[in-house]
Amino acid sequence: MKFIGHLDVMRYFQKAIRRAGIDIAFTEGLSPHMIMSFAAPLGVGLTSDAEYMDIELNTPPSSGKAVIDALNAAGTEGITVTGFWQIPEDKANKAMSLVAAADYELRFRGGCAPAGDWQSQISHFFAQKEIVVLKKTKKAEKEADIRPMIYEMSVNAGTVFMKLAAGSAANLKPELVMDAYLHSIGVEPEPFAYEIHRCEVYANLGNEKKRRLVPLGALGREIVDESPAGPDDNVQETAYI
Amino acid sequence: MRKLALNDEILLSIDKPARYIGGEVNSVMKDKKTVSIRFAMCFPDVYEIGMSHLGIQILYDMFNRREDVWCERVYSPWVDLDKILRERGIPLFALESQDPVKDFDFLGITLQYEMCYTNVLQILDLSQIPLLAEDRGEGWEYPLVIGGGPCAYNPEPIAPFFDMFYIGEGEVVYDALLDLYKKCRAKGMNRPEFLHKAAQLPGIYVPSLYQVSYNEDGTIASFAPVCGDIPSVISRQAVLDMTAAPYPDAPVVPFIKATQDRVVLEIQRGCIRGCRFCQAGMIYRPTRERSLDCLKEHAYRMLKNTGHEEISLSSLSSSDYSDLPGIVNFLIGEFGSGNINISLPSLRIDAFSLDVMSKVQDVRKSSLTFAPEAGSQRLRDVINKGLTEEVILSGADQAFHGGWNKVKLYFMLGLPLEEEEDRKAIAHLAELIAEKYYEIPKDQRNGKCQINVSTSFFVPKPFTPFQWARMYHPGDYLGFAKTVNHEIKAMKNQKSIRYNWHQADVTLLEGIFARGDRRIAGVILDAYKNGALYDAWTEYWDYGRWLAAFARAGVDMDFYTQRERAEDEIFPWDFIDIGVTKKFLLSEWKKAKQGIVTPNCREKCSGCGAARYKGGVCAEGKN
Repeated sequence: MKFIGHLDVMRYFQKAIRRAGIDIAFTEGLSPHMIMSFAAPLGVGLTSDAEYMDIELNTPPSSGKAVIDALNAAGTEGITVTGFWQIPEDKANKAMSLVAAADYELRFRGGCAPAGDWQSQISHFFAQKEIVVLKKTKKAEKEADIRPMIYEMSVNAGTVFMKLAAGSAANLKPELVMDAYLHSIGVEPEPFAYEIHRCEVYANLGNEKKRRLVPLGALGREIVDESPAGPDDNVQETAYI
Repeated sequence: MRKLALNDEILLSIDKPARYIGGEVNSVMKDKKTVSIRFAMCFPDVYEIGMSHLGIQILYDMFNRREDVWCERVYSPWVDLDKILRERGIPLFALESQDPVKDFDFLGITLQYEMCYTNVLQILDLSQIPLLAEDRGEGWEYPLVIGGGPCAYNPEPIAPFFDMFYIGEGEVVYDALLDLYKKCRAKGMNRPEFLHKAAQLPGIYVPSLYQVSYNEDGTIASFAPVCGDIPSVISRQAVLDMTAAPYPDAPVVPFIKATQDRVVLEIQRGCIRGCRFCQAGMIYRPTRERSLDCLKEHAYRMLKNTGHEEISLSSLSSSDYSDLPGIVNFLIGEFGSGNINISLPSLRIDAFSLDVMSKVQDVRKSSLTFAPEAGSQRLRDVINKGLTEEVILSGADQAFHGGWNKVKLYFMLGLPLEEEEDRKAIAHLAELIAEKYYEIPKDQRNGKCQINVSTSFFVPKPFTPFQWARMYHPGDYLGFAKTVNHEIKAMKNQKSIRYNWHQADVTLLEGIFARGDRRIAGVILDAYKNGALYDAWTEYWDYGRWLAAFARAGVDMDFYTQRERAEDEIFPWDFIDIGVTKKFLLSEWKKAKQGIVTPNCREKCSGCGAARYKGGVCAEGKN
C-alpha cells in the first residue's frame, strides 16, 4: 500500500469503519466528520509495520479482537489491523502530539546499491558530533545540523537501521540521513534507490535530555470482554507490500 | 502479494500511482486458469473519471457473476505513464491481474463522449493491438475489440478500429455473445468465422461485414451487408424489466478519490420529456423504472458494502420517477441521521424538491440549478423544453424565500431557429430571477444573490429531431456568446450575474464525430499519430492539429457541420433501429420549425415507435 498517500489512507479507513459497522463518534456541527487522527502520516513509497491512529467510539466494543476482525474483514490486502487498545483519557486524541521517534529500515532496491563497500563507514558517520546538511524549506535552502535528531544508526548485511526524531516538534526523514551519509563517502544518491520500511513509532515518556521511548501501542491497554467506560481507542495499522 | 505490472521506480515517478495498481476493495480476483473468457473492460479516460461510470460497474458485476468469465478494468494511462509505456515498450495491462490486455479474449470499450476517440486509439496502441481491425489477422492473436455506450449509436467514424459494436443496453445480449464465443472457440473457428456468427446476434454490429457507397455530393448512396445472412438493420437492445435487471451490490471502492465518490442508485432509465436536442431522451425510450422496494434493497447493500458516505440518485429526470416522495423520504428517514449525505440531482424545482433539499443540504452553501436551455419561450417551444418562465420564476421565488441565494442557469447557444433576440433573452431571464431576489425585503434576505449563467454550444446528435440541423463556424459561436455577455452587462443587476461559456472549436469536432461517417476514421487516426490525445481535456486540446489532419486527408469539415440535411438523406446511423422511428423524428423536426410542442409520454403517447418494446411507460396502465 506504499502507493497510497496519507489522505487516501484516511479515506480508506473512513470507509472501512463504515463497512465494518463500527460505531465511531462524529464531530458536532454542520458537516460532521469521524473523530479519527493518525499519529504520523507515512510518505508515499514507504511501507510500515507501525501506523497508529486514534478513533473515538460511541459504544465500547466487546473486545479489541472484535474490532480488529471486523476491520480486517472489511479491508483489503496490504492493510492489516494488528492491534486495538484503549488509551487513557489524558492521551486520547493526542497520538500526533505524542510522537517523538520512529524506527526505520532502509535497503537498496535490487541493482541500486552503490558499487563497492558502502557500509563500513556508517558507524563513523554516526559517531560524528555534527552532521550539517542543506535542508530545503518552502522558501530557501538552509544549513542544519541533523545529528541531534539521529538517535541510533547501524547497518547489518545491507540493511540500515535508524532511530530518528519524528513528530511535530522535530522530524527527520530517513532518506535525508542516507543521502547525507552517501555524500559523506563521495557517492551521489540516485532517485528511487531506497526501500524504506517504518518499524515502530514511539512516544517519549522521559524528557528531552533523558529520553524514555515507548511504542505508542504500549500506552493503551487491551480490551477484553466487557469494556469499562472511556471510549477512546487506538488502532494500530500495518501496511506492507 | 499480487505482482504489479510496473516497478517501484516507475510507480513512484508518476502522478497518482494508485490509478494503476488495482487491489481496491470489491475488485474481483479470480484464478485465470479456471476461467474460459478474459474480458478487459475499458473506459478510455483517466482512472478517476472511468471509475465514476455506472455502466461499467453494472457490466463488471454482471460478467463476474459468471464463473467462466473474469472481467477486469482498464483506463487510459495519464500522459506521464503513456510516455513511459511507449519508451520502454511496456504493454498496457488490466488492473486486477496486471496482465497485458493483448492476452485477453475481449477488450470492451465504452464510448461515452465523442472526444474520447483518440484515447481509444491510445488504448489499442499501448496494448500493442493493431489500430485497424483489418490488421488483426484471422487467428486469435489479439483480443476482439468491442465498442458500446451512447456513441456506438453512430459507430461509423470509428468503425475501422473495432471488430464489433454492441448497440444498446449491455444487460441484454452479452451472455449470448460470450456463450457464442466459447462455442466457436471450442469448435476451432477462426476470427472472421466467429465475427460472422456474432453479426447474426441481435444488437451486434460487425462493421467489416457492411459496405457503404457514396453519391457524388458526398452523401451516402447505400449501406448494406456484404452477404445475405447478415441483418441489414441492427436493432438496439433494451432491458424491459429494470427491477429484475442485474445491479451491482458491491461496486469497487477506489483508493483515490474518484469524480463520483458515492453510491449511485439508478432509479430509472429513459426520459418521458422528449426534448428535441437530447439524444439520451430518444435512445433510452421507453422510460423504465426500478421498483421502490428494489431500490431500497440496493441502497442498503451498496452503502454497507462500499462504506461510502454519500448516496445519489441517478436518472435523466428524477422528478418524473412515479414514487419520488417514496424514495426520497426513505433515504432521508433511513440514512439522514447516520451521517450519510444524500444527493438529489436533476430534480425539478418545486415546493416538494425545495422541502427535501432543505433537509439534505446546507441551504446557505448550496446552489439551485435550472436548465431552461433556451432564453425565450419561443425557442423553448422549438426545442420542446417544457419549462416556462412562470415555472422558473416561481421556483426561484420559493427557493429565495427558503433561504437559497445561489442559482445556476444552463443554456445552449447555436440551437436551430435561434435568433439574436433569443440569445438576449438569456440575459433577460437571469435579470428577472435577480429581481425576484431583490423583491424580498432586505432584512429577510441573505446578502446578495449570485446567478451563474453557463452556455454550451449545441451539437446536433444522431437519433434526435435535430439530426437534420446545421451547425455554425467557431467565430459565429463566439459571437453568440458575446451577444449574451453584452446583454448581461446591460442589465440592472448585472453585478449579481456571472456568465461563462464553453470553447467553440471543440464543438465543431464533436459535431463531426457525432454525425460523421467512415471517412472520418482516417482523420482521427492521422490526428492521433500526430499527437492528439485527451481531446476532452482543455489542457491537451489542440484545434490546429485537427485542422491540419482534415486538410491532409482532404476531408471537408463544412460538409459535416454547415449543411442542413435533406429530409430524405441517408444517415450513417440509419442502419440502427432504436425503436423511435425516423418518421417520428422528422415530424418532430417539422413541429420544431413551427414551434409546436409535443406532450410528454405520460400526458399523451405521440407514437414515437418505442412502444414496440412493449415495456416501461408505453405499457403503463395497460396491464
